[in-house]
Amino acid sequence: MPYNSVVLVKQVPDTAHITGKAMNDDGTVNRAALPAIFNPEDLNALEMALQVKEQYGGHVTVLTMGPPRAAEVLREALYRGADRVILFTDRKTAGSDTQATSYVLKCAVEKVGDYDLVFCGRQAIDGDTAQVGPQVAEKLGLPQITCAEAIEELREGQIVVRRALPLGTETVRCSLPCLLTVVASANRPRPPSARRMMACKLAATPFDYPELLRRWPEFETETALDRYLTERGLKIDVWDGTDLGLEYGRVGLAGSPTRVLKVDLVVLHSRDSKTFAADESGVAALVQELVQEYVL
Amino acid sequence: MTAGREVWVFIEQEEGRIAPVSLELLGKARELADRLGGQVCALLPGDGVAPLAQQVIHYGADRVLLADHPELALYRTLPYARVAIELVRQRKPAIFLLGATPVGRDLAPRIASAVSAGLTADCTDLRIGDYERQGRVYHDLLYQIRPAFGGNMIATIVTPDSQPQMATVREGVMRLGEPDRRRQGVVERIEPCFNSRDLDLQVLRREVRLPQVDLKNAQVIVAGGMGVGSKENFRLIHELAEVLGGQVAASRAAVDAGFISPEHQVGQTGVTVRPRLYIACGISGAVQHRAGMDRSAKIVAINTDPNAPIFQIAHYKIVGDLRTVIPQMIRAYREQGR
Repeated sequence: MPYNSVVLVKQVPDTAHITGKAMNDDGTVNRAALPAIFNPEDLNALEMALQVKEQYGGHVTVLTMGPPRAAEVLREALYRGADRVILFTDRKTAGSDTQATSYVLKCAVEKVGDYDLVFCGRQAIDGDTAQVGPQVAEKLGLPQITCAEAIEELREGQIVVRRALPLGTETVRCSLPCLLTVVASANRPRPPSARRMMACKLAATPFDYPELLRRWPEFETETALDRYLTERGLKIDVWDGTDLGLEYGRVGLAGSPTRVLKVDLVVLHSRDSKTFAADESGVAALVQELVQEYVL
Repeated sequence: MTAGREVWVFIEQEEGRIAPVSLELLGKARELADRLGGQVCALLPGDGVAPLAQQVIHYGADRVLLADHPELALYRTLPYARVAIELVRQRKPAIFLLGATPVGRDLAPRIASAVSAGLTADCTDLRIGDYERQGRVYHDLLYQIRPAFGGNMIATIVTPDSQPQMATVREGVMRLGEPDRRRQGVVERIEPCFNSRDLDLQVLRREVRLPQVDLKNAQVIVAGGMGVGSKENFRLIHELAEVLGGQVAASRAAVDAGFISPEHQVGQTGVTVRPRLYIACGISGAVQHRAGMDRSAKIVAINTDPNAPIFQIAHYKIVGDLRTVIPQMIRAYREQGR
């Protein structure tokens, strides 16, 4: 029996690998210098969905919310095997916190419709909140299985999932449809397939049409180009709030209960410190001081 | 906001033991409630958990909402969420705190979504303060303070129009208070009602090991990073910890490299520690790591790179190779007659 999946993904700044190049002289991080990447655990979520598709059949739809450039992660998803990708982008949703974001994603998942499973990464590395998955589940009225590590069984409308806990595992059974948040230990995400990269390299959103028309003047009009891409499954659908019938009071800053009062940059201040030589007498002096100061 | 002034704490327990973070939160909730002139109310769901109520009171609760029900024996999202959501809707607490454990991080967003509350994850500090927006002043809001952006920033979040103001709080960052066995409080029994969908999910198996390492309570910690170089070299870290009577910790890089198991990981993803002495060996000192150990009373850093950021927070520095420095430390310590 086939199972249809919707995978929620996010493009994030790569906060995990901050190199010297992304550091300002004052010890703070230069956000703009960080590359934008596919949120790592969302790749694990996509991999789990693709494995369901390979084993049981069904469709994998990948959905992201973000600025137009977030379409980059959707192309990545196509290269890995997604059947359909959708970009939700709407300036009015900028500044959404997890509550507002989960409302938008809930509406988008409902518009996709006909799903058995919703997947997302456990958390995104730019916020580490792990809140959007459960909040989407609540708004869709679905049960949630967080920290999913493996699908052990999928049959007769029921799923058995192994969850990763800090000191072990828990295996649960629940009825479909349900939402899973997937952890990094779940699998090793497949790399983009060279064949699919070739097949999908033209994949484009309507934002890309003016540029594409310059490159391929033979299409003459955006309508012709749109038809060509759509027929070949290369059009990245773009939705906005109107497409979803969003209540705008529930999105963006207005729809976000949380307010950032202030943000302090973490600056490394040198402490009063003592340096000891890396030799027998230096190390001995350090140990002696630690003992005398009752630290040891 | 003039409505409720109650500060609620979710009490997480397993097999009759209360999670340390819940007890830490009771102390913090007491402080916040005293500041607000309100009460501390603890939500204690489980099966056969009535005997825990007194302990909850000793750690600072004025009132315990005891939801004792066989369906609450093991944590499951929907039955637990049902209990919490109903109570929050009825009683409108001002603040609701949960531990940022896997359970708290599963449950809190579910509750927040249902009651349209703001929620801040993984707070490392909580305070009370005012907030002004568009000429309107909100008094006595909860300042929810957390590392942001991979730990490179510290954000202070408020949820001015939210009832309750919700936060999950990292384990180990709030000080565990002393229980006061003379404290009196009220225990109120709650009769939960579930529907069939709440109870659909079943736990088939649970295999949870007892924690092998107790970094949170360690006084001395010897930690190794990528600079240790190999799993074999990590023996040195274990040896030094053993000689000093300390515990072994590691940075994420060392754990990712397979030098040591994840339960030893200190940092933003990992455990937060505050030992008397933290010896960082071959750890560069990424923000991610510092977030978990910069409250250590004294920090010794050993690193071959004189520009490693760890040296900026170290009290004692040795620029050198840990493979020679650690054996020297062990010898020197023994020579001190220890």
